[in-house]
Amino acid sequence: MAKRTIIPFGPQHPVLPEPVHLDLVMEDETVVEAIPSIGYIHRGLEKLVEKNEWPEMVYVIERICGICSFGHGWGYCKSVEGNLGIEVPKRAEYLRTIWHELSRCHSHLLWLGLLADAFGFESLFMHCWRIRETILDIFEDTTGGRVIFSVCKVGGVRKDISNEKLAEIAKILEGIKKETAEICDVFIEDGSVKSRLVGIGTLSYDEAVELGAVGPMGRASGVAQDIRTDGHGAYSELESFAPVVETAGDSYARCLVRIGELKQSMEIIIEAIEKIPDGELEVVIKGKNPEGNFVARLEQPRGEAYYYSKGNGSKFLERIRVRTPTNANIPALVKTLQGCDLADVPILILTIDPCISCTER
Amino acid sequence: MAYVTKSPWVIHYDGSSCNGCDIEVLACLTPMYDVERFGIINTGNPKHADVFLVTGSVNEQNIPVIKQIYEQMPEPKVVVAVGICATSGGVFKDCYNTMGGIDTVIPVDVYVPGCAARPEAIIDGVVKGLGVLGEKKAGNYKAAVVQADEEEVEVQSFGETTDDTAVATDKEEV
Repeated sequence: MAKRTIIPFGPQHPVLPEPVHLDLVMEDETVVEAIPSIGYIHRGLEKLVEKNEWPEMVYVIERICGICSFGHGWGYCKSVEGNLGIEVPKRAEYLRTIWHELSRCHSHLLWLGLLADAFGFESLFMHCWRIRETILDIFEDTTGGRVIFSVCKVGGVRKDISNEKLAEIAKILEGIKKETAEICDVFIEDGSVKSRLVGIGTLSYDEAVELGAVGPMGRASGVAQDIRTDGHGAYSELESFAPVVETAGDSYARCLVRIGELKQSMEIIIEAIEKIPDGELEVVIKGKNPEGNFVARLEQPRGEAYYYSKGNGSKFLERIRVRTPTNANIPALVKTLQGCDLADVPILILTIDPCISCTER
Repeated sequence: MAYVTKSPWVIHYDGSSCNGCDIEVLACLTPMYDVERFGIINTGNPKHADVFLVTGSVNEQNIPVIKQIYEQMPEPKVVVAVGICATSGGVFKDCYNTMGGIDTVIPVDVYVPGCAARPEAIIDGVVKGLGVLGEKKAGNYKAAVVQADEEEVEVQSFGETTDDTAVATDKEEV
């Protein structure tokens, strides 16, 4: 047996903007075991529910993560709305869906860029982020914020997008579609990209099910699970869409799933813009406080997220609990790292699309 | 910007931020803002870096990491606290695992408030930091750095001053 050495990875590492630490047990160039340790970003924000009244808590929840910020706000609102037993107006649901899907587009473009950066394809990274800026411009135009919008509130949304603006967004998206098609071709067909991704970090269907992989990580291994198909928000009224599924389970498959979802998201937004009804933006909630338990689920760009809230009839919720997709994907990451080359470690960590801020909160 | 005669390299560390500021730091490097055209490169090696960009507040577990990166950076160096969490703790100030801004651990030269700090504000902060870097190199700045350990950081702005309130070099203004 070759001599074993331990190589520490992170918490400060050029590939990842976020701190995560892994102890890589090596035999020569091969990773035998990876031991993750987290906790560098733990803030303890679930506890803040005791200090913030429930309508204000949405600002804190949105700051769980700056990438899928809108989804977190929506998940929390859904959970509290369930507790209060209120129906959100249709237009608000459509607007939420549009913003959420735009977040997915920007998140996947961000991820594609970081992946390109991880295997050293600098110009591809720049192109992905260039296209992403167009989506951030839409956010800034419609909500006022680039990364954190604070536009979702319990009972509806804070801002409307006029129908003219929506038509404009649809036009911008047609342009983005063309541009992404170009860069996606590079990811799908380029030989040097394929040589870094195909067959790297394979996760079989059984392993994905056993380890509880969610989101694109699971879907790349054939687990056809997508919470959007449950039909929450406006999704139930949109044409039914099947989850994007690949069966190979390697890094290339995970890349293909995200590319497929990027294209699918843009179709969803365009369809939602066509079908959006006129009407109220919010339900006014007066003299009512949440009471009881409620669980809401959402499909975040990284997978299934789960929001629990417990009210006791006062202005302060008793407990909230969030389970985020990266947390669920870490066991699968540790599994794929076993037996890989040291040089592939950054790519494998990236292919789960880690969001450490979500994980540790 | 007359004093930017060298190409400063930055190193970025995420204290305990929500990612919002981190992706905005990265956005500075990408085509929309593209600071690389001025020779500013995001490096992963503390020993290559002149400017330390920290996002997020500090907690018990990341204090040694922040200190190590700071100590490994060669003199002169500048610390830019990006975002309101790095400045004071921001929305997470009351969290049990948040100890406050970066200045509780290492001396900070420039504060860039905002949630999330916009790329324009971050670039402005780094440019202001470069002024501090120039002063430190000329040896005019040592006193302030030494004082930083004992009392609250008192930093004056160097270079051109504008009315822009997005970036405050003095903590009192934040």
